Amino acid sequence: MSELVRRDPRKEWIARNRLHPQHLEVLAEIGGNAVATEWMGPNGLMRRNPHAVGFMGPNGIRRIDRSGASHAAHTNARSTQSQDSRRQVTINTPAFMVAVVPDMAGGRLSPHDRDLLGLARQLADADPENPGAVLAIIYGEHKENAFGEAGVDRLLSLEGEQFDGYTPENRIAALQGVDREIAPRYWLLPDSTVGGGELGRRLSVRLGERAATQVWQVEADSDSDTGWRCTTRGAAGTTDIVRALPRVVLALAECADPISETRHAAEPIELSRGLPNVLGRIEDIGEVAVDPASVSLAEAEFILSAGNGVKDWDNYHHAAEVLGATKGASRVAVDDGHMPRDRQVGATGTWVSAKVYVAVGISGAIQHLQGIQSCEKVVAINLDEGCDMVKRADLAVIGDANAILAALVTRVEQYRAEQEENRDAA
Amino acid sequence: MPPDAQSSSATGLNVAVLVSIGRHPLTARTRRADQDARAVEMALTLSGASVSLMHAGQHDSDNEEAIRGYLGMGIDEVRLLEQMPQADVVPVLTEALRASAPQLVLTGTRAETGEASGILPYLLAEALGWPVINGLAAVEKVEKGVATVLQALPRGKRRRLRVRLPAIATVDTSAPAARQSAFGPARRGEFDVQPHASEADSALTQWQIQPARKRPKRLKIVKSSSARDRFKAAAAKSDGGGGQTLNDVTPEQGAEAIFKLLREEGVLR
Repeated sequence: MSELVRRDPRKEWIARNRLHPQHLEVLAEIGGNAVATEWMGPNGLMRRNPHAVGFMGPNGIRRIDRSGASHAAHTNARSTQSQDSRRQVTINTPAFMVAVVPDMAGGRLSPHDRDLLGLARQLADADPENPGAVLAIIYGEHKENAFGEAGVDRLLSLEGEQFDGYTPENRIAALQGVDREIAPRYWLLPDSTVGGGELGRRLSVRLGERAATQVWQVEADSDSDTGWRCTTRGAAGTTDIVRALPRVVLALAECADPISETRHAAEPIELSRGLPNVLGRIEDIGEVAVDPASVSLAEAEFILSAGNGVKDWDNYHHAAEVLGATKGASRVAVDDGHMPRDRQVGATGTWVSAKVYVAVGISGAIQHLQGIQSCEKVVAINLDEGCDMVKRADLAVIGDANAILAALVTRVEQYRAEQEENRDAA
Repeated sequence: MPPDAQSSSATGLNVAVLVSIGRHPLTARTRRADQDARAVEMALTLSGASVSLMHAGQHDSDNEEAIRGYLGMGIDEVRLLEQMPQADVVPVLTEALRASAPQLVLTGTRAETGEASGILPYLLAEALGWPVINGLAAVEKVEKGVATVLQALPRGKRRRLRVRLPAIATVDTSAPAARQSAFGPARRGEFDVQPHASEADSALTQWQIQPARKRPKRLKIVKSSSARDRFKAAAAKSDGGGGQTLNDVTPEQGAEAIFKLLREEGVLR
């Protein structure tokens, strides 16, 4: 549908003319086929019909919501279309560059990466006369399509098989090439365990800069040489070090607010010179399959947790093995001796951060719910529909835990068999 | 027992462990640093390897107490490269490592005192021209100057790497926990104190160091044009968000729904 507002002068005239035979029909049509509550009077005054506004309250009294919320429902579809009000910013001739190397965990910008891009924008946009550009450097393939909305002006995508897998030496050589050619004023990397923390330290050593690590605050400071000072965590998080902002910055999550009000060009650029080929001394052989039972509860990805509702423990253990889940337990199950103490989830046990947490027969004491606060998806299998775990869960199945677990085991075994067949066929 | 705690054969391997002074997070007393102790533990589990400890820092009673914590794990001697307080230890460690030429250098990821930036292993590697790997979880085998090691990834995953020796490896908390320090061996252990010229770390003096402030909590900012929406977002309870409840379903239907979620999340392998 076109963005243009088409006006029909004849209909407007009818709408103004209360004595016109088609007046009411036209009013309704203009008002989005709703009862017209407001229209332009014949003298150009706005007229209101107080009987048509509001809604019937619970006591049978007409209530009028003047906040505009109920009125918004009456307006027609064209005006309710949410418009992207973000300002488009294009920097054609940047005064300098701020390079960001995001982690791109799972091929997408993580929240940590977005915070870092927010910090980069802060550094780039400090002087509105000479704005800098934010350059994001990406290795290999990615699935992200909103670089511009995250605040990236220039996008350098480094591709090649030398970046597949764990290849810090090649990646650093590429970053060094970027440094020689583009010479960014700042290098920002996420201080994460996944990759940014290591890459940033390697880069700072290679560039001969003394990096600021664990940065959580950056402020403008006219006294320092660079015009910025940063606050970093030192001594295992017990001290704050305030220092001038160096060229290489390894920042913690939430170091700045992510970009939400502007959109940027994310213009792809390329290096004029080819990337150097490095003879690596570290060879990646690939990931190792880990036995889920041995993974510590705090870092497990998928937990099958058992509580008082589990009666057949052999069935539960079998299910955990088949699903490949790490075993957890509620306090009751541990106290009753069904599970070892180190498997207890909750405030007194382990605080878990699983991607998927399946609670079997756990009603959800507040201490237990605290322990699973940072889990992404919670599945509850429970007999009691009103328990707290069901309220917390993203998916709750009400029923007998044993039967559901057995059915789940059958389903997964069937799936595994199908996969096996496909693999044989291929 | 975790899968990566098996001892591997590394006969004749010369392992140096760089240890630092730790600080207890609650009492602030000096102690053996946790990650460094794990590095010592890993070196001790390499069967047939000769382990030497190295520390660069001051030689006073507090530090001696902390370093004896490492000796109590079953090591006879520690080399102490004596330095002034606030000295840059990279040159002296580089020199010492070049002279003693170990095949593998283990250390913690990050110190528990001082700047604790975790850059030291990388600086040493650059100065010596050795490869460096982080998050070492286990050394599987060492043959013909190439070590096969496991690197710890988040979520308990492991990655197998092959590294040409000599190399530097850092150990973090995903490595096996360190053994207890025994009192007797800790008393009997000897210090080989070697005074060295120390270079002052000039940048450190310009920094302002203060006890850590609590980080401000990020507020949930709702960008909306209408005041009503903003109020609703501020006053709304955070929980009760769109969970799906399956009532009166057969176990098979319930299992199917759970199975679908597990597949979507990609946790079924």
